[in-house]
Amino acid sequence: MTWLLAFWAELPLIVQLGVKIFAIIGPLMVAVAYYTLAERKVIGYMHVRIGPNRVGPRGLLQPIADAVKLMFKEMIVPTNADRYLFIIAPILALAPALGAWAVVPFTDTLVLADINASLLYVLALTSMGVYGVVVAGWASNSKYAFLGAMRSAAQIVSYEIAMGFALVGVLMAAGSLNLREIVLAQSGGIHQWFFIPLFPLFLVYLISGVAETNRSPFDVAEGESEIVAGFHVEYSGMGFAVFFLAEYANMLLISALTVLMFLGGWHAPAQIPPFVWVPGLFWFFGKLAVVAFLFLWFRATFPRYRYDQIMRLGWKVFIPVTLVWITVIGVAKFFTPFGHWFG
Amino acid sequence: MRAQSRGPAKRMLSTAKTMTFLQLIFYIFATVLVGASLMVITVRNPVRAALFLVLAFFSAACLWLTLEAEFLAITLVLVYVGAVMVLFLFVIMMLDVNIAQMRAGFARYLPLGLIVAVVMAGELTLVMLSGEFGLDHAPRPVGQAADYSNTRALGEVIYTDYVFAFELAALILLVAIIAAISLTLRRRPQTRTQSPQKQVRVRKQDRLRVVQMPTSQQDKP
Repeated sequence: MTWLLAFWAELPLIVQLGVKIFAIIGPLMVAVAYYTLAERKVIGYMHVRIGPNRVGPRGLLQPIADAVKLMFKEMIVPTNADRYLFIIAPILALAPALGAWAVVPFTDTLVLADINASLLYVLALTSMGVYGVVVAGWASNSKYAFLGAMRSAAQIVSYEIAMGFALVGVLMAAGSLNLREIVLAQSGGIHQWFFIPLFPLFLVYLISGVAETNRSPFDVAEGESEIVAGFHVEYSGMGFAVFFLAEYANMLLISALTVLMFLGGWHAPAQIPPFVWVPGLFWFFGKLAVVAFLFLWFRATFPRYRYDQIMRLGWKVFIPVTLVWITVIGVAKFFTPFGHWFG
Repeated sequence: MRAQSRGPAKRMLSTAKTMTFLQLIFYIFATVLVGASLMVITVRNPVRAALFLVLAFFSAACLWLTLEAEFLAITLVLVYVGAVMVLFLFVIMMLDVNIAQMRAGFARYLPLGLIVAVVMAGELTLVMLSGEFGLDHAPRPVGQAADYSNTRALGEVIYTDYVFAFELAALILLVAIIAAISLTLRRRPQTRTQSPQKQVRVRKQDRLRVVQMPTSQQDKP
């Protein structure tokens, strides 16, 4: 064991970083693959169907079969498409979804880059995900794809404001922009987790997260009944697969951030024996799975919003709610005896 | 003499070695920044030009990161890349640009363009030669400790020393927002809209009336 540690310390920094990055991206990709299977199974059971059960035992090899199929399909570039942008667009969608994981603290010590302004970094990177959709829609030279891109651009810009304000509330309560310190500010048990004092912001963040990832019931960018498949209608093979990876990686990322900012990260719900025996990593992934399940549940439950109502919800409901609650936090923190509860 | 000078020289060598990695990063991002900025003004397609501008912003943010100005760098990405350029692209993508038509005016506007360019270049040269620029006027920034928070420092300066200027800037932006909205807001009395509040408030009694009616035929067992 010691020689292994010594060998690790000997390695050049760039190799160490590469190994660490792979240790995050590799499991993330597997998680994304099985998240797609979970979605099909969960929605299947909610529809009283069985879902995929042909490939492997109980359909467990289905994601691998899908990946192999998509890898060997031909990637068709439409004749009048902007060839370079058409190829770059899926990469632009995937890169921010993966890059944001660099600052996610899995436990108190397990974090790749523990930077000062990690909350801001995450917000900046997730806001760049829209370029993949917009560029794909424009470069495809297709009306449906273009309509999808337009819808997506307007929607993501609108919901980002509400999301940003929700995060302002979190950073006021925690007094820090560092995700690790935000989780540490919630230590002590379930009553200290921010979802209780910041309940309106928790709801706004979760719903904005669903809108931000273009998931049902806010999936008007795809809207298969209106604009076929929206921005990725012209994509086939690996390009299509990369868009899928980006969407599911983003969903997992939003789930992880919700857990970190509102549900106490790696902390156990109570500091008493049966709970403290479980390591923090399991609490983190357990909570993440619950939030990720919500995404699937939403999809099976709600009909798609009409576009003007999406805009109304973002601008006229969420932004005022967050603004009011930010004031409430400020007043509560400095002028009421509940100050400690708000961080 | 030689033996004495070895210590400092060795230390300098090691600092030079660590500096080279930072320098390498600086040169990579600086090259990308200059290249992308050149592409913004030379590339024909406006959407590609806007995307190159995004790349330029991003490289500039990375350069600011090497200056340990992480708050400003991330805010640059968040505001300009994440919001402003998305809206820009939104508008540009809907333009139907005819490149041949754009080229037709090139010769006509060339003299005017040249004059503007020469004037701007002259002004820039005058400013640069004024003696206020150069390495001796800008001291090398000192590195801060790892627990130094850029965000906290900026916040303390903005909300204490410069609070008046900051609030004034906010007020001007607010006025601009109100002006823009009042310019574009048109009331169209004939358009019909729904009121979600009313829709939510509707109860069964408002829409549904249950009537008891005598049946025409009595059921016989």
